[in-house]
Amino acid sequence: MTASESLLSLRRITKGFGKIPVLHEIDLDIGSNEIVALVGDNGAGKSTLIKVITGVHSPSSGEVWFKGERRNEHSVKRSREIGIETVYQERALADQQALWRNMFAGRELTNRFGFIDVAKQKAETERLLRRQMGFTSKAITIDSEVRGLSGGEKQGVAIGRALYFDADLIILDEPTMGLSLKETTRVLDFVKDIRRQGKSAIFIDHNIFHVYDVCDRFVILDRGRIAGDFRKEELSQPELVRKMLLLATTGSLDEEGAQA
Amino acid sequence: MSGGSEQVTGEAVAPQPVAKGRDWAAFVAAHKIQIAITLILVGLYSLFLTGNPDVFLRYDIYRSFMSTMPFFGIMALAMTFVVTLGEMDLSFPSVMGFSTWVFGTVYVSSESFLLALLACLLVGVIAGLGNGLLVAKVGIPSIVATIGTMFLWRGAVNMAAEGKGIALVSLRESPLHQVFVGRLFDDVLPMQFVWMVAIAVFLGLIYRRHRFGSHVLFVGDNAASAAMMGIKVDRVKIACFMLVGGFAALAGVFLTSEVTYFWPSQGDGMLLTTLAAVFIGGTSVFGGKGTLYGTFIGVLIIGSLEAGIVAIGLTGFYVQFLYGLLITVSVSIYALLLRRGG
Repeated sequence: MTASESLLSLRRITKGFGKIPVLHEIDLDIGSNEIVALVGDNGAGKSTLIKVITGVHSPSSGEVWFKGERRNEHSVKRSREIGIETVYQERALADQQALWRNMFAGRELTNRFGFIDVAKQKAETERLLRRQMGFTSKAITIDSEVRGLSGGEKQGVAIGRALYFDADLIILDEPTMGLSLKETTRVLDFVKDIRRQGKSAIFIDHNIFHVYDVCDRFVILDRGRIAGDFRKEELSQPELVRKMLLLATTGSLDEEGAQA
Repeated sequence: MSGGSEQVTGEAVAPQPVAKGRDWAAFVAAHKIQIAITLILVGLYSLFLTGNPDVFLRYDIYRSFMSTMPFFGIMALAMTFVVTLGEMDLSFPSVMGFSTWVFGTVYVSSESFLLALLACLLVGVIAGLGNGLLVAKVGIPSIVATIGTMFLWRGAVNMAAEGKGIALVSLRESPLHQVFVGRLFDDVLPMQFVWMVAIAVFLGLIYRRHRFGSHVLFVGDNAASAAMMGIKVDRVKIACFMLVGGFAALAGVFLTSEVTYFWPSQGDGMLLTTLAAVFIGGTSVFGGKGTLYGTFIGVLIIGSLEAGIVAIGLTGFYVQFLYGLLITVSVSIYALLLRRGG
């Protein structure tokens, strides 16, 4: 894939904080309608890489291309404008506010005087809740406060919000952390929805079984470098687990201990 | 409470919240704090009316309430925004004092009500900006920062005025005096109360329906989430402190115009009554929840308590005790209501 064909292309991205290098010349392409897992141990550089993509950090060197255009401005606001949304671990919801407010937090639908179109925000939230996110429970309404929702439902709202704003690339930072099995299944269903809607996602999770279930591709990060990049067809789940274990114990993906 | 008549009938017919076409139960669940405070107000006035019908069935006491409540009521309405942020401002009575000194001084030298008003509001807003910068940019907890500015502005007014008041009798000749504190309908309705109602409606719309109010709720609820959603947390906080500063100055203009005199301790003694009105009104000290309606009713309660207590035959010694009782009981009711509904 070339930079102009992929949805997102990173070219020789290096990022360091002071003298500590975190990312070394990362080359990575994310295609359209592709769910890519980013796996690796703690400290491998996953979250730094994500923050470069979402615009929280500027890379020390290298290029970021999105939809065929090179990005010069790195800010969260700009990323959202061009179609990169992040679903944070913390879910970024306000507990005491109603769903119809949370759905549009920071991006309220207003008239030119800044007054909120409450009817429209409520109608859009209702549509999203029932159709797109498949919430059927009568107990959850658009006027419900977020604190009454389960962890999985909250994550669903956060993902639904990202989809609503027409993101082309949704970044999910450990969306299943701290969730029960049932809730995790639900979140994985939301991730499958992303593919169904023709969008792309980068999915970070420590649990290989979750990752294998929903992703098309696995990018393994190790100490700031890409150690491996496999499509699902090339690799069975046990093989992926074995490679991760090997990497953790020997520092290499190959059986012989040599660099792949 | 546009006049006394509603309060008179208030005893016989408790105002039933009207659920216009909506599910009654859902309306009650969503507005239980507002309903609770309305009932407290009705209960209190029932007590006053039965305790001393001679006073409370006549209009005079209501006119008196309406002329004095706005002085702290306007500040309570603005403070609702700062409390919703989960922040605190203790400096607004001092800001009122200093900005009113500016009002008096500019008026004496320029003879222009308008110029004095603008200068006064500007000083109030700048004092608020200072508080906001200390809290949002320097990172001082608001209660600490505003203890500092509370002394700072009171000290400033003491230094500037050197303990002397300013007589402003000629204010009465200005047409703006009528606009601010005149009496409508042949001495029936004090203008400052009309202003307070208008400000309550306006700020209520901002709070519930404007992007800014929404951002205040988000920042007060969870500042980290708000920042992740692209809300400019610092800017929202600074704006709220500026709002309080500006409205403290405006309240000072009302007070000074009413009594046509400036004195350097102006605003002293309003801190706790103002905050009491906000908390009785059901705004959460933890942030993220509140209503302007609640604060408005809180102002009506706090503003009539002292006169009411004396009128029903208790001595002034009971006033503080009953303030305390009312505040602790009402905030306990809200805490229980919210816990059950949580």
